[in-house]
Amino acid sequence: MSADGRLRRYAAGGGRRILTQRLGFTLLTLTAVATVVPIILVVVYIVIQGAPAISWEFLSGVPREGMRQGGILPAIVGTFYLTLGTAVFSVPLGVAAAVYLAEYAQENAWTRLIRIAIINLAGIPSVVYGLFGLGLFVLFLHLGTSILAASLTLSIMTLPVIISASEEALRAVPQAFRTVSMSLGGTRWQTIRRIVLPQALPGILTGVILGLERAAGETAPILFTGAAFFLPRLPHSPLDATMALPYHLFVISTQVPEMPIRIQYGTALVLIAFVLGMNLIATVVRSRARARRQW
Amino acid sequence: MRANTRPGTAEPLRNWQEAVLSRAVRLSGYSAIVFVGLIFFFLVREGSPALIEVPLADLVGLRWYPIEGHFGVLPLISGSLIVTVGAMAVAIPFGIGTAMFISEIAPRWAREVLKPMVELLGGLPSVVLGFLGILLLSPFLRQALDLPTGLTALAGSLLLAGIALPTIVSIAEDALDAVPKSYREGALALGATRWQTMWGVTLPAARSGVLTAVMLGIGRAIGETMAVMMVTGNAPVLAVQLGSLFAPARTMTATIAAEMGEVASGSVHYHVLFLIGMLLFLISLAVNVAASAVVFRQRTRAERVLS
Repeated sequence: MSADGRLRRYAAGGGRRILTQRLGFTLLTLTAVATVVPIILVVVYIVIQGAPAISWEFLSGVPREGMRQGGILPAIVGTFYLTLGTAVFSVPLGVAAAVYLAEYAQENAWTRLIRIAIINLAGIPSVVYGLFGLGLFVLFLHLGTSILAASLTLSIMTLPVIISASEEALRAVPQAFRTVSMSLGGTRWQTIRRIVLPQALPGILTGVILGLERAAGETAPILFTGAAFFLPRLPHSPLDATMALPYHLFVISTQVPEMPIRIQYGTALVLIAFVLGMNLIATVVRSRARARRQW
Repeated sequence: MRANTRPGTAEPLRNWQEAVLSRAVRLSGYSAIVFVGLIFFFLVREGSPALIEVPLADLVGLRWYPIEGHFGVLPLISGSLIVTVGAMAVAIPFGIGTAMFISEIAPRWAREVLKPMVELLGGLPSVVLGFLGILLLSPFLRQALDLPTGLTALAGSLLLAGIALPTIVSIAEDALDAVPKSYREGALALGATRWQTMWGVTLPAARSGVLTAVMLGIGRAIGETMAVMMVTGNAPVLAVQLGSLFAPARTMTATIAAEMGEVASGSVHYHVLFLIGMLLFLISLAVNVAASAVVFRQRTRAERVLS
């Protein structure tokens, strides 16, 4: 075969290969577009449909007429308390566990076991956490269906997120920082407390907020541990049950006949505003810290 | 020369503090193991009586009708399976496709837009997706496919695909990103097109990470509760053929969520629901151990190649 013929055949093959590539790229682009466009549509649609329901009365009133009228304040306050309660238990424990893994732990069988346990905690279905919370906190420890029991359940669910994010943030702090601190006479704990933790704080904060965001939006773990179907007052103590935004949305969209659609969308809007607001804060913390970081 | 410049009085106190704090930190470190153990213990404690109270032949039966004492869990397991399989049929191609796009093709600006968007989807509460599933998706499916009801396994699958996608995309994208640049450069230098490089070199090199992504996506789908409970119609019928996708179904998770609120604690029904929880726990354990085993194998192989 002549060199010319071979070249021509190669060129023709090249053309086909380029065509394949062009088709393939188009297909993948469409895939990505098909993945992302529904997300934008969902958020925009809820904002458009829910906005007319939002009023001062809706945000600050209690539900009336079998939840078909009035506001959702008890649900907003309940979700706030649950998120706060989750933070109280999961943040100190999670950050301490991350400090252990990043600063103290040796790479041995126990540490591997801890890591496997964390991965498994992250994978346990949320409704199983609900069962566990019911068995341990509500029944065995006699906390009843309460904010306390629900917060404890949510904290354990949130723990793996906080541990992983905090450990990553701690490990990102350059080793030289620790070496310098210790060579100046700082003890290990002083080094962690004064040098490593402050440097890792933005990363830890981002992880904490993302973990709490997930807790705030969860329904299944609080179903049998603290959520109240209808309780038109604010909770008085951590041992009270409470309404919560995600559960309330579930209730009014499946359990209450002739529920005005406007209130359903309004509730959905408040819930995603709550959750995405936390997401936004986390993003801002992360990007500001990245801009200011000196290492 | 001064022999000792250390402030002697502060030292014992500091040592004492340091010891207490170190111990507290160490204990916290082990908390994850304690909690996994506690969760399993309570599931077994509340669930295992069911194995005695209900004959095994009934447990693996085809009827779930607790009021009359029928506790056959096969319809629930098959419901979870069919919904998950349907979800993966959508989420795997779209998830890996999107990850490939973000990591290999997308210009910088598109990447900056896409990644937060996918994260956003991961942050949307599943109850919100279920809510839209009831109001928009299932009426649409009923009309488009001419079904008696839109509350079907298919509706659940589509929502679950949305819930599993962020997991699959972000982990697969990390895996693709971790493939050394030199692999791609080598392929391109040999005359491969970027398309051939992506499929022939980059994706195979990242395959264990991509496999992990898929498995964790499956884990999320099986464990998801609210969205599925809201749109699948919750009929506990055995789902065995493809047509079951277009009929109502009921998953293990939805059964627990829907029924636990109404049972008396300590009853047979209560114990069976905990038993189903135990089964879910074991499934998620298996999925996660398998996923981490893949990562581990990959690491040892990489070490072998590099040494």
